[in-house]
Amino acid sequence: MLDLRLYMLQRVTAIVMGPLVIGHIILIVYAIRGGISAEEILSRTQGSLWWGLYYGTFVLAVSVHAAIGLRVITSEMLGLRGVGLSVLTWGSFAVLLVMGARAVYAVTAA
Amino acid sequence: MAAAQKYMQVSVWRGDEATGALEEFDVPAQESQTILDVVSWIQQNADATLAYRYACRVGMCGSCAMMVNGKPRWTCRTHVKKVLGDNGRLTIEPLRNLPVIKDLATDMTEFFDKWIAAEGVFHPTKTRYDEIEGIDPESSVRVEANAAIECINCAVCYAACDVVSANPDYFGPAALNRAWSLVNDTRDGGQAARLEAVSSNGGCHNCHSQQGCSTFCPNELNPTLSIAGLKRETVTSLFRRRS
Ligand code: HEM
Ligand code: SF4
Ligand code: SF4
Ligand code: FES
Repeated sequence: MLDLRLYMLQRVTAIVMGPLVIGHIILIVYAIRGGISAEEILSRTQGSLWWGLYYGTFVLAVSVHAAIGLRVITSEMLGLRGVGLSVLTWGSFAVLLVMGARAVYAVTAA
Repeated sequence: MAAAQKYMQVSVWRGDEATGALEEFDVPAQESQTILDVVSWIQQNADATLAYRYACRVGMCGSCAMMVNGKPRWTCRTHVKKVLGDNGRLTIEPLRNLPVIKDLATDMTEFFDKWIAAEGVFHPTKTRYDEIEGIDPESSVRVEANAAIECINCAVCYAACDVVSANPDYFGPAALNRAWSLVNDTRDGGQAARLEAVSSNGGCHNCHSQQGCSTFCPNELNPTLSIAGLKRETVTSLFRRRS
């Protein structure tokens, strides 16, 4: 159910997410000095290719990582296998990717 | 005058998986007594049709493992005193994660088939006419191989592993532990095939490192550590192949 390829994808995406999460937390601490508002956030993110890439990368990594993780859990706990398991893996990947991409688009589009 | 004989209440699994049930026996308690002694007493004195398996009685052959009060044990070297619950009761069942043939005897075919599927078999590179290869007992690979080598194929770890229960394809701790000792065998000629086998669907990457196997292995082996070694080796071999 989890071969070397999926195992590597899950570890590599975890490695990608690690620094991105730390960067995100540092940004939060920085941004809330002296209060925070929606305008302030959007003024920083809207039209910024860099923030789009930053959070876009995170969304892509989460989608791959969590889809593989859910694949393991549902297979072990619910006994899902074969085609059903593939549908669930790709389905959760797609749902997370679309939801995440929409959120990134909403805050970074100019 | 001899003290009055004390008895233990022992529940023993009878029949197969689908239609079987626990049956109660009163077994005379002895000062020093193993679980296998209890099972043998029942078979010799109470019900001759009780099916179970053993051979060496000294922890060498790996054929006597059963579930004792819900935990996998080698019964020939498990003393009753060590595992008797507070209520003084014993429940003896066939090993978990394996099909039951009858009573306490399980079908271990899949357990051994998975050893072969995981390439837990030696691939010789020399003939009988070659010199015997010298292996330095202090070399790092030999030390690694040694740590995993004393497996008696008892399937206690296989019964302890929740991933084996959850995923029928998973090779399990014993097969992967053997594969790891062979990865460290410099005489072996099948390393590429072995790394491929342990990287497949049923391979080492399914292990969650929760150490049920290492907790219960009666020989105090550490299959979790062996599996971690396989994960490391398969990942580094990816980079080696590319370069
Ligand atoms: C910095 C962030 C993260 C790191 C370093 C990380 C790391 C890991 C690692 C190492 C595993 C493998 C566990 C195992 O082998 O049993 C794992 C599994 C998993 N992760 Fe993450 N993860 C992160 C974020 C996330 C996020 C954001 C999600 C969900 C949206 C997630 C969902 C899962 C799931 C469902 C599993 C499967 C659990 C399992 O296999 O036992 N992870 N993660
Ligand atoms: S450490 Fe791995 S092999 Fe051992 S019991 Fe846990 S999942 Fe099974
Ligand atoms: S690793 Fe330990 S528990 Fe597993 S089969 Fe070998 S001796 Fe038995
Ligand atoms: S009878 Fe041989 S290990 Fe128990």
